[in-house]
Amino acid sequence: MEFEFEFDWEAMFKSIPHLLEGLPYTLMISFGGLAIGFVLGIIFGLLSINKNRLLSWPATAYIEIFRGTPILVQVLFIFYGLPDIIGTSVNPLVAGIAAIALNSGAYISEVVRGGVQSIDRGQTEAGLSLGLSRRQTFWSIVWPQAFRRMIPPLGNQAIVSIKDTSLFSVIGVGELVRQGQVYIANTFTAFEVYFAIAVLYLMITLSLSLLLRVIERRGLVSV
Amino acid sequence: MSKTPENPISETPIVRMAGLNKYFGDLHVLKEVDLTVTQGEVVVIIGASGSGKSTLIRCINGLEPFQGGTLEVDGQPMATNGTDQQTLFTIRKEVGMVFQQFNLFPHLTVKKNIMLAPMKVKQEPEVIANATAERLLNRVGIGNQADKYPSQLSGGQQQRVAIARSLAMEPRLMLFDEPTSALDPEMIGEVLDVMRELAKEGMTMMVVTHEMGFAREVADRVIYIHEGKIVEEGKPADVFDNPQNERTQAFLSRVLAH
Repeated sequence: MEFEFEFDWEAMFKSIPHLLEGLPYTLMISFGGLAIGFVLGIIFGLLSINKNRLLSWPATAYIEIFRGTPILVQVLFIFYGLPDIIGTSVNPLVAGIAAIALNSGAYISEVVRGGVQSIDRGQTEAGLSLGLSRRQTFWSIVWPQAFRRMIPPLGNQAIVSIKDTSLFSVIGVGELVRQGQVYIANTFTAFEVYFAIAVLYLMITLSLSLLLRVIERRGLVSV
Repeated sequence: MSKTPENPISETPIVRMAGLNKYFGDLHVLKEVDLTVTQGEVVVIIGASGSGKSTLIRCINGLEPFQGGTLEVDGQPMATNGTDQQTLFTIRKEVGMVFQQFNLFPHLTVKKNIMLAPMKVKQEPEVIANATAERLLNRVGIGNQADKYPSQLSGGQQQRVAIARSLAMEPRLMLFDEPTSALDPEMIGEVLDVMRELAKEGMTMMVVTHEMGFAREVADRVIYIHEGKIVEEGKPADVFDNPQNERTQAFLSRVLAH
């Protein structure tokens, strides 16, 4: 049997407007989730290195739980499992944002911890010796230096989280992949549409990489 | 070096240490150390590495807690096993420290390094802190480097910035923890010159160093520490030329031989 496949450019271009309807969802879940995840990461990352075990232990537990379970299971749990307890359904968009936030928050906690711990103790000692309080020493001396070192791994996490949103097609959020699946079901142009989806993800992640590189170059004058 | 008449050594003690004991775990680092430093005095502490001399001055500004004895700095009694933050804060405002590794803040320019503490701790307005920073940078001979970052300076210049940064808080006592040990030989002189000037102006200083020439010339008193104990102290001429303790003799013959 003769089999010939020809890439159908027209089908691909036709699918793009449809796919682009999913783009706002992908971006909203990614960046909404990452923004919350960043806040969680700072809070739990700093708590995890606190000398008080009552603070560090729960933080470490959070990190281990959300880093050690698949994000797909997390989002299914939030979307299908949680309503059983709270008695009301969860909006899929909210479930997606929550999953990215909790998951990236756990990874970002580790980035924060590593960044802060990488700063030489002498920096803290110099700050304290000058009469600065612990808080002042941390926020005006340690944190700015730690944050610069955190930029590359944060960028890494952002890229991972953006791609993770593709899994949320399973809970019916109309993001890129879901839009594609719906379109393919009607047109049977899987190759072209998934190709277009891949390119769209690549465009998001590449622009982010580029942006981060610029920030890094500008920020790293002296460290 | 003798004090000028305008800056005599007073009788007011700024550091009063009695029977101080300090442990790192099971390791007994400081053993029953008695030491009083009066205002205007320059005390140089010498000893082999690991003898506890750095730890001794780090106790004075509370970077290290101690486990026994009493320590009073600038009239403020410190507590065993960790002094409360408020007392530490009061003491550290009055006590400057210069580190072996400079510990400048790499994310701030030279000038901002100096302005940070006066603005944050003493709430000095920026114009005042800026003027102070410029004056101090000129004083340590690097007025033209104000807007550079620490990594753009040589080691000797960095250490002079660190001294200026401490001076900006107008301390009553300056602690120097091996300030020239991390420097290339040709840069040691410029840092010692600044310290010499400070001593001449009457600054109370405690200096941990291996620079015996500096100790002999600038110190009012030299203290030799061996295994956490002060085994000998006195005027530099006495300690260097006529050491009484055999440990001191052995140490000095080792370091002065080359």
